Amino acid sequence: MTINWDLVWSSLGPILMGAVTGTIPLALASFGLGLLLALLVALMRLSRNPVFSAVARMFVSVIRGTPLLVQLFVIFYGLPSVGVTIDPWPSAIIAFSLNVGGYAAEVIRAAILSVPKGQWEAGHTIGMSRRQTLGRIILPQAARVSVPPLSNTFISLVKDTSLASLILVTELFRQAQQVAAFSQEFMVLYLEAAVIYWIICLVLAGGQSALEKRLDRYVAH
Amino acid sequence: MSPTEPELADDSALLTVRGLRKAFGSHEVLKSVDVDVRRGEVVALIGPSGSGKTTVLRCLNGLEIPDAGIVDFLGQLAVDFSAPVSKKQLAALRDRSAMVFQHYNLFPHKTVLENITEGPVQVQKRPKTEAIAQARELLARVGLAEKEKSYPFELSGGQQQRVGIVRALALRPQLLLFDEPTSALDPELVGDVLTVIKELADEGWTMVVVTHELAFARQVADEVIFMDGGVVVERGHPDTVLRAPREERTRQFVDRLLNPF
Repeated sequence: MTINWDLVWSSLGPILMGAVTGTIPLALASFGLGLLLALLVALMRLSRNPVFSAVARMFVSVIRGTPLLVQLFVIFYGLPSVGVTIDPWPSAIIAFSLNVGGYAAEVIRAAILSVPKGQWEAGHTIGMSRRQTLGRIILPQAARVSVPPLSNTFISLVKDTSLASLILVTELFRQAQQVAAFSQEFMVLYLEAAVIYWIICLVLAGGQSALEKRLDRYVAH
Repeated sequence: MSPTEPELADDSALLTVRGLRKAFGSHEVLKSVDVDVRRGEVVALIGPSGSGKTTVLRCLNGLEIPDAGIVDFLGQLAVDFSAPVSKKQLAALRDRSAMVFQHYNLFPHKTVLENITEGPVQVQKRPKTEAIAQARELLARVGLAEKEKSYPFELSGGQQQRVGIVRALALRPQLLLFDEPTSALDPELVGDVLTVIKELADEGWTMVVVTHELAFARQVADEVIFMDGGVVVERGHPDTVLRAPREERTRQFVDRLLNPF
């Protein structure tokens, strides 16, 4: 197989454009919203209110128990039949945020539980409320623990955003598909797309290391 | 810094506890315990593990909610645990005392200085500059002036516990609670921490200390309370309780501590 380098160079523009205007903002927005949702769900699961914790458990179960592609299709292709039509971009952000919310909720819950009980007690004994102790004492420590698993979630998400191509969001993979269909050079274009995903994930892994190092400054080595 | 509220007579009752009960499941940990602490007094709580002494201490700080009993400070704040207790009452109770933990429980993500100023600034809403000045003064007193920027993991156990004590002092409580403050320390570090506690006692701080250090109790405490099986077996002057106990159980316990083998 000979590689058509001219095609690689000429397609790089549209594919990178897809990454910059599609994949990356989609991943960032979904991860940000997903984390907020995950924190809420984790706190609901940990709450003493049985209704809250049951709702949270149910949500996590549904999200983890169904394929992301199916969730995406239900929102984009399914909802219109019950009168709710959502554009491709918001559909994708909703689906990915819910997905991150379900997975990251378990990470955050476990991270909160990993902080020793004595830290809650120390917070209470200096007069802090539960909320203050959670925000100032527990969550900062839980954040450190959850960086590696949440980085996993984020990296998975970046790759999963390629599914948005199936609901007509113009992102990295959809751009590659279009050039491939036009030129009939499938191998070259899909490998090119793969390499660009990989590079994005390498950058993210580098960011993870830097963040871990920063948060590790108060831990014995 | 010495204790506040100098307008009160020295022998007035600071803390009065009546009929404190607590069960974990079907296990009765406390079966009606009474405790009285006068202002400036040091009370040592001793007893075998599982006797309930730590639970008494934790109930005073609201870390455990007793099933029944009254905890009162200065006759102003009688919290009756036989009825449901509001968050506000619990917070008011907690404000009166500060706890020093066996395992220090410093905040690992905060520097020594931040550990100490967290309560005064975030909870008591005191000015930050004042809280920092107070923290520095207290740190200097326990010989840790150089450590204010350190994180807890950079300190020895004895240093961490001294920070724990300073964190409690910075809250300006009426009562200091010590839960086996030297039990987690290497033997050679115990002395430093006990010296600090003794100095606080000499300054007039009121404290309740759960301890296994009988020599310390004898030297520093005004009253020793011996607990076993969730009840107070014997209480009195340390010379009596530790040297010539009336009760057989007390004598056995003291003997075992003094002659472990």
